Amino acid sequence: MSDILVSEQSAPGPGGSGRPSGRLLEVDDLRVEFRTRDGVAKVINGVTYHVDAGETLAVLGESGSGKSVTAQTIMGILDTPPGFVTGGQVRFHGKDMLRMSDEERRRIRGEGIAMIFQDALSALNPVFTVGFQIAEQFRVRRGMGRAEAKKRAIDMLDQVKIPNAKGRFNNYPHQFSGGMRQRAMIAMSLALDPEVLIADEPTTALDVTVQAQIMDLLAELQRERQMGMILITHDLGVVADVADRIAVMYAGRIVEEADVYELYAKPAHPYTLGLIDSIPRLDEKGQQLRTIKGLPPNLMNIPPGCPFNPRCPMAQPVCREKVPPLLQVGPARASACHFAEELVNRV
Amino acid sequence: MSENILEVNDLVKHYPVTQGVVFKKTVGQVKAVDGVSFGLRAGETLGVVGESGCGKSTLARVLMNLEKPTAGNVVYKGQDISKLSGGALRRLRRQIQLVMQDPYTSLNPRMTVGDLLGEPFEIHPEVAPKGSRRAKVRELLDLVGLNPEHINRYPHQFSGGQRQRIGIARALALRPEIIVCDEPVSALDVSIQAQVMNLLEQLQGEFGLSYVFIAHDLSVVRHLSDRVAVMYLGKIVEIGTEDEIYERPTHPYTQALLSAVPVPDPTQRNNKTIIRLTGDVPSPISPPSGCRFRTRCWKAQDVCAEQVPLLEIRRGSDHPSACHFAEKREIVASHEV
Repeated sequence: MSDILVSEQSAPGPGGSGRPSGRLLEVDDLRVEFRTRDGVAKVINGVTYHVDAGETLAVLGESGSGKSVTAQTIMGILDTPPGFVTGGQVRFHGKDMLRMSDEERRRIRGEGIAMIFQDALSALNPVFTVGFQIAEQFRVRRGMGRAEAKKRAIDMLDQVKIPNAKGRFNNYPHQFSGGMRQRAMIAMSLALDPEVLIADEPTTALDVTVQAQIMDLLAELQRERQMGMILITHDLGVVADVADRIAVMYAGRIVEEADVYELYAKPAHPYTLGLIDSIPRLDEKGQQLRTIKGLPPNLMNIPPGCPFNPRCPMAQPVCREKVPPLLQVGPARASACHFAEELVNRV
Repeated sequence: MSENILEVNDLVKHYPVTQGVVFKKTVGQVKAVDGVSFGLRAGETLGVVGESGCGKSTLARVLMNLEKPTAGNVVYKGQDISKLSGGALRRLRRQIQLVMQDPYTSLNPRMTVGDLLGEPFEIHPEVAPKGSRRAKVRELLDLVGLNPEHINRYPHQFSGGQRQRIGIARALALRPEIIVCDEPVSALDVSIQAQVMNLLEQLQGEFGLSYVFIAHDLSVVRHLSDRVAVMYLGKIVEIGTEDEIYERPTHPYTQALLSAVPVPDPTQRNNKTIIRLTGDVPSPISPPSGCRFRTRCWKAQDVCAEQVPLLEIRRGSDHPSACHFAEKREIVASHEV
């Protein structure tokens, strides 16, 4: 079972190099708050998940659910201030990254964990050529000479299927189309052969036909390299196509975690159920869409009890009093709902 | 079927590409919309889908008379709207309104909701006499599901979904016949998107509105539309009823587009036909000769480079399709819910 609930494992020893579990990357009870002029926003309130080599974990959530901030904390690119980590650990090969020196973290970034972003145009530096930005990594991190680094960079562009990679080496980001920029960014993030790739809404800004190309490419590269992948997205369609496991986030918490097939077949949290019901589907002619009423909570003032209770059709008095813990409800799934059992067992 | 209240005839919109600073010379044309014709019937929703750069937003701007067409015309109830001016144009504007994509930039941050929704009445005082405007605004807020007590709030005090409701209320203020919606839900979260889509449907039923619904999300378009037009590089490649387009698509581009949409059902992973298009959309400055899709099409023959395929009913297609080799192919296994 500990497959799914890392928090159930005994507390990890410091450093933890000799830990047997061999998890590649684990986030353990992470807490982050943003201290702003208007008050303190509790953006992440105890998030726990892990990813192993070769698997894809999808982190699903709407804006403000904390899915991107978790990724930024893993990468060590959280803006401080206003963001502060107030608790928890991020362990890579058992070692807590939040307590590492800057030098150690820098070594993990790129080689251990790499990240791609939604907006490739602002993630790439506009005043350097795409080729230079990829080759730079080989020169700085691998100590290669100019010519060899260039050869490797062209090779990377080739691997992400940019046509005429050699000719494109000297192009600037603005000379690339949206899909090609995304490919270039993928080439850059994979240059140092990372063990984990975090993809933060990698196809949200792209058209569907290009989205399909990019998702194919990511899946192929992941298979080849046996990378662990964390796919952060709000798109239930993309998730259904590529994920192995899914963690659904709401108001800075994971409300449900499950294998992809089980999650769509029988959601164990009313929020997940609401999300699945509220998307129009290409293969369905529905009448009225079922909706989730109301708005996501203000993170400066999260309602007591279950954060979803004001919008939940199943809410009972207990939901306003007790925060439901993320508990196991099946062989490989967990839900943070007081009535998860009833949801799963309903016909 | 009722008759068309809006007719678009062979509409063309080109933008010049210039070179030089002082002595600008035109070196080319961006052919954003290049010969588009369709009719909009009273009370129906016409969906327009296509990927970025296909000209769907330019189409919206021309329909709104924010841009003059390079050629062709838009006819509203027998009047060519680009020929109107002065009072006649102002009267026309009451009838065709726009809902924009971005609820964050389409509302003036310095105006309260009351002012934002009251402004249409300043321009068209005949709709609401001065004394009754506040009441009208409250009524509008209530209509789109916002609290009328919030009339003195500013846009930043609302969430994205609520702001889009304000945008819809503003479009409704003058009780138009036609609302052009340009990507009205694409900036919204899934749970909010469903609320706004339901609102649009409810208002259509209540006021008998006709929508031109422009979006890139094919699932959203299917849900709301009676008829659908698929655009590629400034042209409509296929047009038909929602069933015809989604269940019996005949143009290869429509088929590829539909097959690329991820379906939120993991059990469908392995039994989907996915048509992978290679390459990117060509530049609208120099579109390919003949059929514009031929550079990415797996069916392309010599004739596709020579002859522009007309949008017409063909042997392999029961609805207009602009492909020399139009042929029915089931992509989406649809079922009623």
